[in-house]
This record gives sequence, C-alpha cells and structure tokens, in this order.
Amino acid sequence: MSKISQAFAGGKAFIPFITCGDPDLETTQRIVRSMAANGADLIELGIPFSDPTAEGPVIQGANLRALTGGVTTDKIFDMVRQLRRDVAIPMVFMTYANVVFSYGAERFIGTCEEIGIDGLILPDLPFEEKGEFEEICLAHEVDLISLIAPTSADRIAMIASKARGFIYIVSSLGVTGVRSEITTDLSALVRVVRENASVPCAVGFGISTPEQAARMAAVSDGAIVGSAIVRLVEKYGREAAEPVGEYVKKMKDAL
Amino acid sequence: MTNSKGRFGVHGGQYIPETLMNAVIELENAYNFYKEDPEFNRELTTLFNEYAGRPSRLYYASKMTKDLGGAKIYLKREDLNHTGSHKINNVLGQALLAKKMGKTRLIAETGAGQHGVATATAAALLGMECVVFMGEEDTRRQALNVYRMRLLGADVISVKTGTATLKDAVSEAMREWTSRIDDTHYCLGSVMGPHPFPTIVRDFQAVISREIRQQMMEKEGRLPDVVMACVGGGSNAMGTFYHFIEEENVKLIGCEAAGRGIDTFETAATISTGRLGIFHGMKSYFCQDDYGQIAPVYSISAGLDYPGIGPEHAWLHDTGRAEYVPVTDEEAVKAFEYLSRTEGIIPAIESAHAVAHAMKIAAAYEKDKIIVITISGRGDKDCAAIARYRGEDIHE
Repeated sequence: MSKISQAFAGGKAFIPFITCGDPDLETTQRIVRSMAANGADLIELGIPFSDPTAEGPVIQGANLRALTGGVTTDKIFDMVRQLRRDVAIPMVFMTYANVVFSYGAERFIGTCEEIGIDGLILPDLPFEEKGEFEEICLAHEVDLISLIAPTSADRIAMIASKARGFIYIVSSLGVTGVRSEITTDLSALVRVVRENASVPCAVGFGISTPEQAARMAAVSDGAIVGSAIVRLVEKYGREAAEPVGEYVKKMKDAL
Repeated sequence: MTNSKGRFGVHGGQYIPETLMNAVIELENAYNFYKEDPEFNRELTTLFNEYAGRPSRLYYASKMTKDLGGAKIYLKREDLNHTGSHKINNVLGQALLAKKMGKTRLIAETGAGQHGVATATAAALLGMECVVFMGEEDTRRQALNVYRMRLLGADVISVKTGTATLKDAVSEAMREWTSRIDDTHYCLGSVMGPHPFPTIVRDFQAVISREIRQQMMEKEGRLPDVVMACVGGGSNAMGTFYHFIEEENVKLIGCEAAGRGIDTFETAATISTGRLGIFHGMKSYFCQDDYGQIAPVYSISAGLDYPGIGPEHAWLHDTGRAEYVPVTDEEAVKAFEYLSRTEGIIPAIESAHAVAHAMKIAAAYEKDKIIVITISGRGDKDCAAIARYRGEDIHE
C-alpha cells in the first residue's frame, strides 16, 4: 500500500509546498522540519526548473532564486537523505518533466525510491504522456500523481480510475498563485473523481487563507498550499522556518 | 500503454498541463474537420491570394549566381508577403480556424515581432481581440514591430521573466492560455509546442514548397537540387521542405543560429549543441544543462533566439533526411549586407542565415544545379540592429 495514504488516514490532509533551495537548502531543511512538526501531513518538495510554465510569479521567483543560488537535483537528493533521518511523513517531488527526463527517468525515479520520496508530480505530463514515466514509477513504488483540472470534463473518469497515491485537483484555471476568491464549483467534479478513484483527492492552486483551506478540504480530502508559503519564505528568507511553521499550524487547525 | 499523439519518431507529443488538454483536443478536432471543408479552404485561399499577396515570387538571383560561380540560385520571396514575412501564412489559417471555432481573442508569442505583427494583422482583419507576448529584450531590439502591433490594435505585453526573449514569451503565452481558454485561441507561431500545433503550422506553411515545386517546373522544368531555409522553431523551413520530403534527390538544409559560435555559450544552434528533452509541450532537441535546465541561448536574430526546434525537424535530423548547419552572427550579417548590395534585396536577419550558408556551398555545385533559398522575411526591421552591430547608432 502506498505510503501516501498515511497522509490521509487521520482526517483532512494539509499539504504544504516549498521550492527547494530558496534561499538555500539549509533553510529548506529547517522549513520542512518545521512544517512536519506543526501538522503537515504530506510535503511537496519543488525541484526548481528554469522555465516553470505552470507557475505564477511567486513560485517563478522562488525557482529563479534557487537556481541562481546553485541548487541542483543531486544536491536536493542529498538534502532529502538528511531529512529522512528524522522526518517520517510522506514527501513527494514536484517538478517538470524535463528535470526527470534529462537526469534519466530510471536513475531519477530509482533515486527517489532509495532516498524515501513517495511520489512525483509533473504538471506538464498529462494522462496521455505518462506511460514512459509510469512504468518506471510502478517498478520503484513511487506514485506518479495525476492532476485533474476544472476543464477536465469528460476526462475525469479516465484519469481518476488510473490514479495512484492521491489526486491533485486544480481549483482554478491559470497558473499557481494566491487568489482572493476560488469561484470554481468543485463539488460536481469531486463527485465524479470519487466515483472513479480508489485514492484520496486534495485541492490546490490559489489557496492561502484558513477559510479557503477549510472550504476546499470540506469538499475533498485535503488542501494544498504553495504560493502563500513561498511568499513567507521570500519575506523572511533564512528566518522563514518559524513563520512557516506557525502558518502551517493555523492552516491545519482550520481543516 | 497510452495513446500519445502527434509523434515524429520519438519527438512531439503533448506535454502540457491537464488544464489545456481539452483545448488542444478541441483544436485538433476542429482542424481535422475544417482542413477538409471546401468552404474553409476557399476562404483561406482567397485570403492568401487577395490579402497576403500569394503566390510569392520565385526569383532567379542572376547576379548572386554569377558572383558565387556555382549553382543557380533562386530566392523564394516570402518577404514580399503582406506584413513582410512567411508568418502570415500560418496566422491567416489559424485565425480563420479560431473564428470558425467561435473564439474571439487571439494570443501569440513573438520573437522578432514578425509573428506578432502577422497575428495583430489577422486579428484586425477578422475583428478579433489580440494580445502579443514579447520578451522585454526583444521589444528593445525590435521596437518598430512593437509599434506596428500597437498600431494594428494589439496589446503588447513585455515579458520580463527569464532571459526576456522568445522562450519566455512562449511560456507567458502558455500561462495566459491556461487562464483563459473559452474565448481565446493561442496562435502559436512555429512548428513547435504540443500536438496539433506542429502539424497545423506545417500544413499552413506548406504552401511555400507547393508553390516552389510548381514555379520550378514552370521555370526549369525540373525540381531543385537543394532547398534551404533558416531554422529557429522551424516554420519557414518546414514549409520549404514539406513537399520535397518524399523527393530523395532534393537536399534539405536548415540553417541554425550559431550566435557567437557553437563552441561558445552564446549560441542558439539546437541541433549542434542541444540534446533530447521535454519543453514547451513537446519532446525534441533543446539547449540545456546537465540537469535539464533550459539554456539562456543567444543569437543576433530575435526570431531564431530559441533554445528548441520543432519535433518534425528533430525527426528529419534523426533520419538524416535533412541537414542542419550552424551559421554565426557575423556570417549572417555579412550575408544581410551581401544580398542587399548584390540583388537589391534586404533580407530579414533570420533569412540571412540561410543566405550565408548558400554563399558557402554554391560554388561547390555545378552550374546546372539549382539551389532555392527561402527569404522568410524582409529586413527593414533589422536595419537599426545591424547598424549597431557595425558600430553605427541610427535613430529610427
């Protein structure tokens, strides 16, 4: 059974995202430990990419800061090895297909298994293209996470029925980033997901307040927050672990 | 196994966010319907002939031929099209298709501004809204085209992210499309991106090689020995190659922008320096580092300043059917000046890359051989930049 299911075993899951290496990997480690200590159920570790086409300005900025600081895939693997000495909750990588493909999918995903990464989110890898990565993921017991969007319509059942780990429901059109309002009616979408999926689903994109998180988690199994956390890291830099921890606690308590 | 579409060998595919999948499926279905629709084809042909000025001339460059002392040189004059480049072929096709699909708004990326100007033009003609994304660096070196787009009624968004050039304009246009799909068509400007764009753009640009074949038969009674064009994403080259791919005796040559040289980091020659990757919706060759981070490429030509190449070109390279050669800034600038003085034709700096390679190889061919160079655009837009390159500061 997938380790990711543990994240959803104790009720609604809170899933924070962080870009690795922004502003440096030591800070990322402290933030991850702080998030785990304050109630995060699963952590998304972003491996920066030079041209993150699914991200809004906030996470684009984090990617640029991290790459400018010299972070690489290998350095992030090393960081995860250190984290896994004491961080037990499920962790997944979020990055772009080329980061995995270029490293060598077998080598990348094999390393994920070795260092204790439980899943992989590739926002530019839709259902039709996942074949070449999925077979390798299955062999290494790394869940390749499926995304479902407000525009998925007739594709929802197809994607949900083959999903592993958990389903990432994209709350709104557009790229990642804080939104004052999430207007999409997700209840109909989630109903079709639940009818077809054997794994939990969590909602992400645009969530920043405890109220939004509670509302999104109420219709699904959890809430994913990225840009709001990355903004805290941008603001507090190397001192971000504590404010991010406080934020995670506030969000988790709201679910 | 999944049913990945739009493959050219291992290249191509649809590597895009789920949010866009139904949009590209809808586009593919609409395209498959309208490409067979006589009414659509009639309308498009009328636009090509009456509005864009097709067919474009196939001009025998007698002075250049004599000067180089080898093969006969013909120039396919896409620079004479309305808006000044081959880009109008694809844009008229896509804009008409978008209109039939009920879209009211076109968005586009642009490098040199030629595709942006063409899209703004089609939007004005067909009564559609238009937003063009252009790297901030390119808005500076192609200021005249920014003004033309605004004059035509388009919004030009200056993209400041990344290297602030063509790749960043593509990324930003993709982001915009993700946020507004219902009324918006992304009018992609080259044979790249996710399926079905490489096929759609190729089909609309294939008019170039269809005309070359016919004009060549009329003028020489036979097919050419070489057809060549510059390659960034590769739309004018794919249009130039397409109807010759099955003709094994016709050599196909694509000329990449080598910038300051393929042994430097300041280059955009994807086939020479790139490797297989996944970016901007497609699997193809990309300039990238060991970890798959896309390289900040460079060329004097804003239109060729792109770290990738269309998937069908990648495949033509793999199979050996086409040859891809690097051409430096310096060689392209010399060719820009050469064609201006020799034939009285000022080519776009992009097209000058193809002229430069022809200058290298023409003499090695017998006098009864025929080389066709596609002049993809006209060079007015480049005059200020080339003057700067030569140390002269002119104010437009």
